[in-house]
Amino acid sequence: MLKVVKSGFYTTIQDSGRFGYRAYGVPVSGVMDSYSSHYANSILGNDADCAVLEITMIGPELHFDEPTQIAIAGADMGPMLNGNLISNNQVIDIKPNDVLSFEGLRKGLRCYLAIKGGLQSEVYLGSRSMYNTITESGTLKAGEKIYYEKSPSNSIKTYSNVKYDHDLLSTNILEVENGPEYNELPQELKNKLSTLQFKVSKFNNRMAYQLEPLIPNTLKTIITSPVLPGTVQLTPNGNLIILVRDCQTTGGYPRVLQLTERSLNILSQKRQEEQVSFRLTY
Amino acid sequence: MAFNLKYSKFNSSSILIEWPQSIDQNILSDILKFKKSINSHYIKLKVEVINTYASILIIYDFTIDNFNDEFLTLKQLYSSLNTTQNFDTKLWEIPVCYDDIFGPDLIQYSVTKEISKSKIIECHTSNLYTVYFLGFLPGFLYLGGLDPKLNLARKKSPSLNVKKGSVAIGGNQTGIYPQASPGGWHVIGNSPVELFNPKQSPPCKIMSGDKIRFYQISKTEHARIREEIDSNAFNLISTPHNA
Repeated sequence: MLKVVKSGFYTTIQDSGRFGYRAYGVPVSGVMDSYSSHYANSILGNDADCAVLEITMIGPELHFDEPTQIAIAGADMGPMLNGNLISNNQVIDIKPNDVLSFEGLRKGLRCYLAIKGGLQSEVYLGSRSMYNTITESGTLKAGEKIYYEKSPSNSIKTYSNVKYDHDLLSTNILEVENGPEYNELPQELKNKLSTLQFKVSKFNNRMAYQLEPLIPNTLKTIITSPVLPGTVQLTPNGNLIILVRDCQTTGGYPRVLQLTERSLNILSQKRQEEQVSFRLTY
Repeated sequence: MAFNLKYSKFNSSSILIEWPQSIDQNILSDILKFKKSINSHYIKLKVEVINTYASILIIYDFTIDNFNDEFLTLKQLYSSLNTTQNFDTKLWEIPVCYDDIFGPDLIQYSVTKEISKSKIIECHTSNLYTVYFLGFLPGFLYLGGLDPKLNLARKKSPSLNVKKGSVAIGGNQTGIYPQASPGGWHVIGNSPVELFNPKQSPPCKIMSGDKIRFYQISKTEHARIREEIDSNAFNLISTPHNA
């Protein structure tokens, strides 16, 4: 069992999300940065959709009471085992009563803690991903306990020979494709979207990332239509809103761009004030 | 009737199909027929098919290699649709208490619209509403069919905490909040029924294409239904309804 001593800023259990329930208005959810999460799972030999902890900005303090192996990937938060710094992207043996904590955020925004066999929290609608009103709570709370399967240490140090792609944490270019309403943009706005440097606003969370500056426009709102994580909406008052994993299933703002999966992963490692720009691919 | 549809890539693993962009029962029934046929075509694949007023979105759990091939397959499916088939949908009777304690905006709404409370309730309970689709929140029904007399623009600034079960009007739409949420609609009543339960699969019994009718209940009946729901003794009444 894993006991949450301190919860951190925003720590959740996530897997690949809920597939098949959008028709009921249920967001797909799942890990924000699927690349880093899959990487952490793969070096343990886990399936890609094993449930992990998604750790945001300020790490939690966790106490383990059974032997297992863990791996951390994504943002560098200075992970420490019993007070000694350890590295991302490697298999770490855990003994009973080990304590994992984090010194502080150095690069990126979200890191993923995978555990051998995956976290065994309760499944709702086909997924363990935390989402308020679907799971019992929306984030981990201090004192909470999460089950995992005991796994004695072995000599294997990684199941993966692939190197972690650090470019994901440093690039600020988001590859995008046309959204359904892209062609309703006047040429001048199309140019703006592909040349401007944007800043991540303070309104950024698992539902959406808003960007600055505003893009004044005269686009009409649309009748409520499907949206996906990665859909970039442009509101009448000029807000560019990039929908991410916990977004609603439908929306009424023009959908001007669509991020690729990799761009969604890149974006989810960005903090307030960090810059991003769009690069259109066809 | 066959519409002129637009097929496009939405992302590397999903396809958007668009009808003429309007809110129309004929479009909805065409969408539902096509959706049924898409679902049976892809029965062996992991695919999610959702609809809104005038779109279908197909989400595959794999990357699509050749979009044009997939468009062609879908176009053939659409052209071979049996457009005369009847579509089995249900009519759901939803109890609503319009008492002031549940409808905090009802008095102001009545003053603004210059319609008496009893007339508002009569209008709201007499129409048959069509469930176009679910979205916004888990279990939130997008309903069509509000009496134009009841149309009132949304509040300028949304209420921060609209209670679970609130029945509200915003613009030409009416709906029920399946859980507490911020919201800009005028709350005129409350329904004790559970529209969404994440511990059940499916989590919501009411589906796109179904019909809804509201009926008025008293505060006492509201409390009684709440108790029945808590002890699993309440069943929402539905009858078959052919669209």
